[in-house]
Amino acid sequence: MAFDIRKIRDDFPILHQDVNGKPLVYLDNAATTQKPLSVIDAEAGVYKTINSNIHRGVHHLSNVCTEAFEDVRKKTADFLNAGSSDEVIFTRGTTESVNLLSSSFGETFLGQGDEIILTEMEHHSNIVPWQLLAQRQGVVIKVVPVTDEGELDMQAFTELLNEKTRLVAVTHISNVLGTINPVKEMIVLAHAAGVPVMVDGAQAIHHVPVDVQKLDCDFYVFSGHKMYAPTGVGVLYGKRKWLEQMNPYQGGGEMIDKVSFSGTTFNDLPYKFEAGTPNYAGVIGLGAAIDYLKNLGTKAVWEYEHELFEYAVKQMREVPGIRFVGQAQNHTSVISFLLGDSHPFDVGTLLDKLGFALRTGHHCAQPLMDRFGIPGTVRASFAFYNTREETDSLVDALKRVAMMLG
Amino acid sequence: MTIKEKQQEVIEEFSAFDDWMDKYSLLIELGNELDSFDEANRQQQNLIEGCQSKVWLHAEMNNGKIEIQGDSDAIIVKGIVALLLRVLSGHTPDEILETDLFFIDEVGLKEHLSPTRSNGLVAMVRQIKAYALAFKAKQG
Ligand SMILES: Cc1ncc(COP(=O)(O)O)c(C=O)c1O
Repeated sequence: MAFDIRKIRDDFPILHQDVNGKPLVYLDNAATTQKPLSVIDAEAGVYKTINSNIHRGVHHLSNVCTEAFEDVRKKTADFLNAGSSDEVIFTRGTTESVNLLSSSFGETFLGQGDEIILTEMEHHSNIVPWQLLAQRQGVVIKVVPVTDEGELDMQAFTELLNEKTRLVAVTHISNVLGTINPVKEMIVLAHAAGVPVMVDGAQAIHHVPVDVQKLDCDFYVFSGHKMYAPTGVGVLYGKRKWLEQMNPYQGGGEMIDKVSFSGTTFNDLPYKFEAGTPNYAGVIGLGAAIDYLKNLGTKAVWEYEHELFEYAVKQMREVPGIRFVGQAQNHTSVISFLLGDSHPFDVGTLLDKLGFALRTGHHCAQPLMDRFGIPGTVRASFAFYNTREETDSLVDALKRVAMMLG
Repeated sequence: MTIKEKQQEVIEEFSAFDDWMDKYSLLIELGNELDSFDEANRQQQNLIEGCQSKVWLHAEMNNGKIEIQGDSDAIIVKGIVALLLRVLSGHTPDEILETDLFFIDEVGLKEHLSPTRSNGLVAMVRQIKAYALAFKAKQG
């Protein structure tokens, strides 16, 4: 293994603690990831050394801080292989990115009777903003169904695309099932029908290499906190041709060119979509997270996590009564399961007492739970700092819990 | 037994264990032993929907005393329901309304359950007190 796992774990101070008298095993990485020291130091360092409002001052600190902030925009563009850093817009997270898009793209390009396509495995944050838009503007939402294996029904997707379709918004990777969707194929199909595509990369950006030009997606959105960066910062990548035409989202400082009561003109990209003082400390932390991931190597991360995932599935199969929810061919290190007829909540509560941090419930994907006819799942989501030993102890704990819940 | 005495009894039973898993084993056992819930009462108005699990509570007045039935789809929550019913069911509205439920804290359930479930517990107690208040009003 190319990974020096001990050294990596030393970079994450939070991992070294006891919970309920047991060593913490953190397997809730799909909800949020832990932060390496370099990220924590980068964010704290802003306040210690360069804090100053950006793009505003003629003074030294303001210039340094602005430069650090804009460097991260370049770094992010480079990480995504975006055509230009003007296509990278900083937001508060995936949710805000989707809301920005539903609002601005919606206002500019969508009207009564127009259709957008979502899928049954979307996170609520890629459903509800579109529903609000549908209510406001009479847009119709079409939904791609999910198969028993937890994959998108591509035949149905093809059939849903028609001359009324104006946008496809699909998750790159399911936060519940771990399914890696064939987004490239979907983009090719959608583009052939003249339809742009937004990809929700919240669960993908830190697990699989993402190249937005190769994908040819029109928009790609994600959150910092799920990719080892601070919370409160996210990204909306958009192709220039769309962003330039789209109405602004929020109004305020920074996003304007000239303000007067007879008419205001707006700033250029990307500032048109960044009203007000941004979370520059968080953005600078995001830069450190990108450095950290690049340093490990996205490919090496993928290989390590995938091997761990396969090991975990193999070991977990030995737990009596375990049922996996979603068994897609292409899969990241997210495992959703149930133990017999036990309520996920009972499983999660007992695991917590044994030191394991897992998520239970509907994972903000109620339509998907309805699809499988279950109230929720127990979800173990692995990151590159998790180990085989942790997996083994999870399996032991699950056996114990299965026995207790009988 | 008074509500207070019953609470002390519960605290004593739980104090025999210092390991969390043993306490939860007991809760699971209590959940499994809880009298079965009358299906006719599984109605929307008796449902308390928590963030993750569901609880049903139904109350009837019998000779001046409130008899409560309960159920949950999660066994640990059902164990907590069983404890609540053991302590509160079979008492008068006034006794229930005046009660200070100290056993939840003492057994460690409130502090050690996740915030969402702890809210569920609060909602359960509130619901039982609401029943008591309604019966009391009806009694005049
Ligand atoms: C696929 C997916 N989309 C969107 C979100 C929402 O992200 P955030 O809460 O960071 O805005 C999540 C987070 O759980 C997610 O997993």
